[in-house]
Amino acid sequence: MALLVVIAIEIARLKDLFAVVMLIGIYGLVSASFFVVMDAVDVAFTEASVGAGISTLLMLVVISLTQRSEHPVRHRPFGALLVVMLTGGMLIYGTLDMPYVGAGDAPIHIHIAPRYLNDSMQEVGVANVVTAVLASYRAFDTFGELVVIFTAGVGVSALLMTVGRRGDKKPAVAINDSMHKQQLILRIVSKMMLPFIMLFAFYVQFHGDYGPGGGFQAGVIFAAAIILYTLLFGLTSARRVINQTVSQLVAAFGVLLYGSVGLVSLLNGGNFLDYNVLASNPIGGQHLGILLIELGVGITVASVMITIFFNFAGRKELQKSTSENKGT
Amino acid sequence: MLMGLFNYWIVVVLMMIGLYIVIAHGNLIKKIVGLTIFQTSVFIFYISMAKVDGGTAPILMANVSQYANPLPHVLILTAIVVGIATTALALALTIRIKEAYNSIEEESIQQQNKKQASVRDELDPRNDPY
Amino acid sequence: MLAHLPILQVIVPLIGAPVCVLLSRARLVWLFALIVSGLSFIVSALLLQQVLMSGTVIYELGGWDAPWGIEYRIDKLNGFLLLIISAMSTLVLFAAQTSINKEIPAEKHTHFYILYLLSLTGMLGVVVTGDAFNVFVFLEISSLSSYALIALGKDRRALWAAYQYLILGTIGATFILIGIGLMYQMTGTLNMADLAARLPEVAQTKTVFTAFAFVITGICLKLALFPLHLWLPNAYTYAPSIVTAFLAATATKVAFYLLIRFTYSVFGGSFSFTTLPLQFLFMTLGLLGIFVGSIAAIYQTNVKQIFAYSSIAQIGYMVIGFSISSVTGLTAALLHIFNHALMKGALFLALGAVMYRIGSVQINQFQGLGQQMPLTMAAILVAGLSLIGMPLTVGFVSKWYLLSALIEKGWWPVALLILIGSLLTLVYVWKIVEIAYFKPSLSTNSTVIEAPLAFLIPIWLLVIANIYFGVDTRLSVEVAHAASESLLQAQGQVRP
Repeated sequence: MALLVVIAIEIARLKDLFAVVMLIGIYGLVSASFFVVMDAVDVAFTEASVGAGISTLLMLVVISLTQRSEHPVRHRPFGALLVVMLTGGMLIYGTLDMPYVGAGDAPIHIHIAPRYLNDSMQEVGVANVVTAVLASYRAFDTFGELVVIFTAGVGVSALLMTVGRRGDKKPAVAINDSMHKQQLILRIVSKMMLPFIMLFAFYVQFHGDYGPGGGFQAGVIFAAAIILYTLLFGLTSARRVINQTVSQLVAAFGVLLYGSVGLVSLLNGGNFLDYNVLASNPIGGQHLGILLIELGVGITVASVMITIFFNFAGRKELQKSTSENKGT
Repeated sequence: MLMGLFNYWIVVVLMMIGLYIVIAHGNLIKKIVGLTIFQTSVFIFYISMAKVDGGTAPILMANVSQYANPLPHVLILTAIVVGIATTALALALTIRIKEAYNSIEEESIQQQNKKQASVRDELDPRNDPY
Repeated sequence: MLAHLPILQVIVPLIGAPVCVLLSRARLVWLFALIVSGLSFIVSALLLQQVLMSGTVIYELGGWDAPWGIEYRIDKLNGFLLLIISAMSTLVLFAAQTSINKEIPAEKHTHFYILYLLSLTGMLGVVVTGDAFNVFVFLEISSLSSYALIALGKDRRALWAAYQYLILGTIGATFILIGIGLMYQMTGTLNMADLAARLPEVAQTKTVFTAFAFVITGICLKLALFPLHLWLPNAYTYAPSIVTAFLAATATKVAFYLLIRFTYSVFGGSFSFTTLPLQFLFMTLGLLGIFVGSIAAIYQTNVKQIFAYSSIAQIGYMVIGFSISSVTGLTAALLHIFNHALMKGALFLALGAVMYRIGSVQINQFQGLGQQMPLTMAAILVAGLSLIGMPLTVGFVSKWYLLSALIEKGWWPVALLILIGSLLTLVYVWKIVEIAYFKPSLSTNSTVIEAPLAFLIPIWLLVIANIYFGVDTRLSVEVAHAASESLLQAQGQVRP
């Protein structure tokens, strides 16, 4: 915990954005390990792949697109300090009446949660209670979360779309690729690793019922595999494997898959996302429903992450090619 | 008393460092980093309250009776995803701002905006961000 | 299917959004989005009717009963809001195809409609749900999509406005998240009705007090209540016209709904108005908002910016009505939500039409438009009069209720200040009218003609609504009154 504070202060102090981004990656990793200590394995898994993985990666790309150091000017430091002190003081004041960390008799452990822990095995039939709550009891939140990701994907591509601007600039696109021709060993090793990463993604996808894992983490890992491929073999060859329009269609498909599970349960006479009516017996229905929606989550998350990364990287190409055009 | 709430206090300190970075720093990327710290510390807050002494991760096993509370875990899984979605969008905006203003410092952008407002605008070709 | 109306309300636009990806041509996507939005309008009308006939409608998602699963809970208040949002969305969308042809590059049109539908989904989802955390999730859907929509604006300042809005909006959302976490920690539940039942037990704790403060602050950031309004003027000014019309007519209303929902239904009116000096606080901020917003509006030269600042002032009126915390006051606030949507929808759509014809909404470009675009300018005139609060328009009705609520309580000074505020509105509306009607037109704009029907139809539907509901007040007043009565009745009591 103290480590987190040190990292956060360093982040506030440093002006080199590259170091800042590296530190925020470490911050994510440290908080992930803290989550493990706190028995939140699923969350730790996700935080590690998102906080230390994807978001750090995206920030690095953006830094390479913009600039590496921060302007030393601070504005409104006193106003900011005042706001921060006020909010912080308020929060500290609020903690005074809180139940202590780890106290088993806190309200949250007595109300609602016991049913999840005691009855989910009979009602949902999944050993990982987090999965049971996420995918069944509060499946609609998860649907909302999926839509948030989808929104981000659409939003990013609406902002960074380069369609109609490429066309005549084909040669410039190759810059990225030639650079990577040299690192032969790296390429071969990674190429060997790729199938395993993907396999692991599938394992995580379908293992969420029993241990930590599930659609979101699997999607991120799968996307990481593709991004690794892109980093090593260049954007052009990656585009040959996965086309951007296709990945958008796939993202929409994931959301629709999730939604149609809900619609089918409507048609079968249940409420939206009521899995009990999906199969002849409730537990079977629950299993089927969770399997399908996790799949939907995995598909959308993977394709949105890929779309976002491609858009970021594609923008870099565009910048390079325009600056070259200006030079000649 | 001290140990019981210690976790929360650290969380508050983290939140406030994050919030301070967002407000006081002018660099757009740094602001996003601050926002990430702010959000992550809220995650830590939620996860801390889920902890039960002597409990284990909420994956049902035969000979365990004490588990951490699964609900905050679920909420935070959702919140993490929302967080990365926001970050991605913010970064995309940053790229576009850099292209349009050739800067990612708040002050410089504000100055350019002021200049633009006094020039009289809308049809100014510099405004075309594409 | 009637039993599933609550979920259809959200699911129709939600499923509609990804389907847009599959459609190829932009025109087709527009038609599809229009139909989807229209469908959700029909759903909301049926839903409101159901609520008015048979009371609160409850829908359990996933078939799990309430505090364990997520439930949708629709009473008169959010039924009313749903109707406003889906109606405004449909009307605005009608003009969208024509408007964005000029303002957004063609290859982004599909993205635009997807984001629009997602934004609609988010807002409807926030309003319809009875679960505090679900509010956060859907709030983020609507926020993220509106950041992206604003950034589609032509001017580069749109990007900066979207970025600022994103940062402040995310801080607001995180504040709400902290507040929800604190409430959850003290009660163990996320369901609003369950929270309302369990909060009184722990109402005296410092933690609940903090939770309340954080939720309210977060909501006020989203509401753009003075002094947390800084993101709004730029966002509204530089966003594409359609987006401005849509957001101005809906987004702040959703935030205001949340304010009412959390103070009255979740924390309970008696808690909310006794633990904090909320009444005084909101009254002061509301008045300051009216004056700062109106005075700033007078000094703007961009007409979109004038009305953006005017929105801050109008939020002030709503908040004052809310802070009176009597049936009449709350009725006034709810009426003003409805009326403000009608006025600002008409005004910003009309500005969209001007933008379409002239390519600018600088005030000097308006010279002579009274002759060249008579119908559009007449719409601005009528909606402007409504904004001032002239009799026979909706603006008069809500101001009338607001004033009588203040006089009921004997707060004469506030009532007087509100009247002065209305005079300020007169100043900036007159400024536009004067230029449009009494100045010769610019030589550069000599070929400008009346806006196309795609604009005129929704604009005039809204203008007629402005007058109709100003004369025949039965429907809107009845619903608003019933909603505020049931809110105040529930005050302090455990909800069933």
